[in-house]
Amino acid sequence: MTDSGKPLAIALQGCAKTFPDGTKALEPLDLAIHAGETVVFLGPSGCGKTTTLRIIAGLEEPDAGGKVLFDGVDVTPLPIEQRNVGMVFQSYALFPNMTVAGNVGYGLRIRRTPDAEIRARVAEMLAMMQITKLADRRIDQLSGGQRQRVALARAIAVRPRALLLDEPLTALDAKLRDTLRLEIDSLLRSLGITAIYVTHDQAEAMALGDRIVVMEHGRVAQIGKPREIYQRPATRFVAEFIGTMNRLTGVLQGGVFTCKAGTLAWAEAPRQATEILFRPEDIRIAESQETAGLHGTVAAAFFLGDRTRLFVEVGEARPLVVESTARRDFGHGDAVRLAIDPRGLLVL
Amino acid sequence: MKHRGLFLLQLGFTLLVSAFLIVPVVLSILAGLTVNYFVGLESGLTLRWVIEVWTGYRDTIFLSIGLSLACLAVTLVLGIPTAYVLAKRQTALTRAIEELLVMPVAVPGLATALALIVTYGGLAGFRTSWLFILVGHVLFTLPFMVRSVLAVLSAIDLQTLEEGAASLGAGFWARFRDIVLPNCRAGILAGSLMVVTLSMGEFNMTWLLHTPLTKTLPVGLADAYASLRLEIGSAYTLVFFLMIMPLLLGLQAFAKPRPTKFVAEETE
Repeated sequence: MTDSGKPLAIALQGCAKTFPDGTKALEPLDLAIHAGETVVFLGPSGCGKTTTLRIIAGLEEPDAGGKVLFDGVDVTPLPIEQRNVGMVFQSYALFPNMTVAGNVGYGLRIRRTPDAEIRARVAEMLAMMQITKLADRRIDQLSGGQRQRVALARAIAVRPRALLLDEPLTALDAKLRDTLRLEIDSLLRSLGITAIYVTHDQAEAMALGDRIVVMEHGRVAQIGKPREIYQRPATRFVAEFIGTMNRLTGVLQGGVFTCKAGTLAWAEAPRQATEILFRPEDIRIAESQETAGLHGTVAAAFFLGDRTRLFVEVGEARPLVVESTARRDFGHGDAVRLAIDPRGLLVL
Repeated sequence: MKHRGLFLLQLGFTLLVSAFLIVPVVLSILAGLTVNYFVGLESGLTLRWVIEVWTGYRDTIFLSIGLSLACLAVTLVLGIPTAYVLAKRQTALTRAIEELLVMPVAVPGLATALALIVTYGGLAGFRTSWLFILVGHVLFTLPFMVRSVLAVLSAIDLQTLEEGAASLGAGFWARFRDIVLPNCRAGILAGSLMVVTLSMGEFNMTWLLHTPLTKTLPVGLADAYASLRLEIGSAYTLVFFLMIMPLLLGLQAFAKPRPTKFVAEETE
């Protein structure tokens, strides 16, 4: 980890969560988050990512024995109002009885900050989020994107020790989500704040996370940098949950993988396996004079402008997904030969 | 032309219904101001009946106003926290309590009053006090306060709003004051309107619970209708009307939503 030199900001020690009805939401979890780092919890719904965030926030208590440490201090018994964390909710949780400025200034008012200071800080926050003009608006007069900006400004205004974001972009439409994702990214970088971001959207996780914690059924499936998670998934679940993964069944022996559609060279240490995985972008449509590769027929082709997404039938349960930038037309039934970058091959 | 005909028909119908409702009010008011109702308006207009009601029944009016305001105070103090707990904890028990709360409305007022008399009638000091009537009125009106506040609280995402406030450092009392109360303001005001008007006009229960010294306005009104001239009864209605209208209008004006602007007002 590149951040290992930095002090620990947040640590979870053996944090599990069982709900009163007996549902085990989280298996005992250990996690260390460094100061200034953005960690993304990624996983399908019900995987325990939000529960973990709520335990860090102080909105849920871990089962007996679990501990939450902030800067090395045990904060497990403290309620959220004493933890000094900034939180952004999926539904924003803005107060309808206050104006935009009232919302942003609320945390400071609770802290009995002098009025002049509140005014200055609120103005600063509104300027930072480019919503100065909305200061006197009521919450019900704001669009979704504006609400999200207010929620961020409100959470940051109190100078929290960590910013916790619970699916903050899920309620927005795709285009706005992209814009706000960029904004959040530059915001987190410029503030240098420790941030924990929960999402089920892998693109968001890739774009924002210094590290991604992939979760499945209340367990951590893998922790790593986005590139590691994508290129070296630790489990099949991670491999299939993030991005698109192709799968071939056959026999891997002595540096060669043999399957129905042909053979592939295996560049890494020799090992045995019956299944091999690779990403669509590691496949290339081979030129006619090339010898190596797999043979297949095009089952479907979708021209996307910058590339063509092909589904190629190779005698497996699922056709291979191929991303081709070749300047040619593909039609149903075309015979193609596929070359696969040996560095992209995975065995799990 | 066809549209115009339909419009006139609708207008006529609306006016007819309005007249059906308003004419009795006007006639009653006129009756209270007429020298002799049976002779009609030609007998002349007078304030005599109104003055007679004022001198004879002033106390009932003040008692009713005091009673309804006390009833409002008690239902506010009991009803808002009850609604808050019912909204926060959705269990079989809270749902049962919610249903049980409607009982005093479903059970005839006379039956409730009888039960109160049977149970507490022996406590002489209590039985002859206006507080005895207050208990009955609170029993009857509390469900209305709880229900209106609960309706508003259920419509907003109270849990998340409170979590948002807590994440900003607000403890329980700060959250209750800054988030819960302002956001159920509409429900509190709707409930208050109900409670005040219901308490002011409550007759069934009060008729059994009152003593000669604790006579409320509606009980007095019944007395006046039963034993005095029709003009006096009508004048009494007029006085009632004049008392309650400003109160209701005042509460309505309060009910208009307006956001808190504690920072915005300062940043000119």
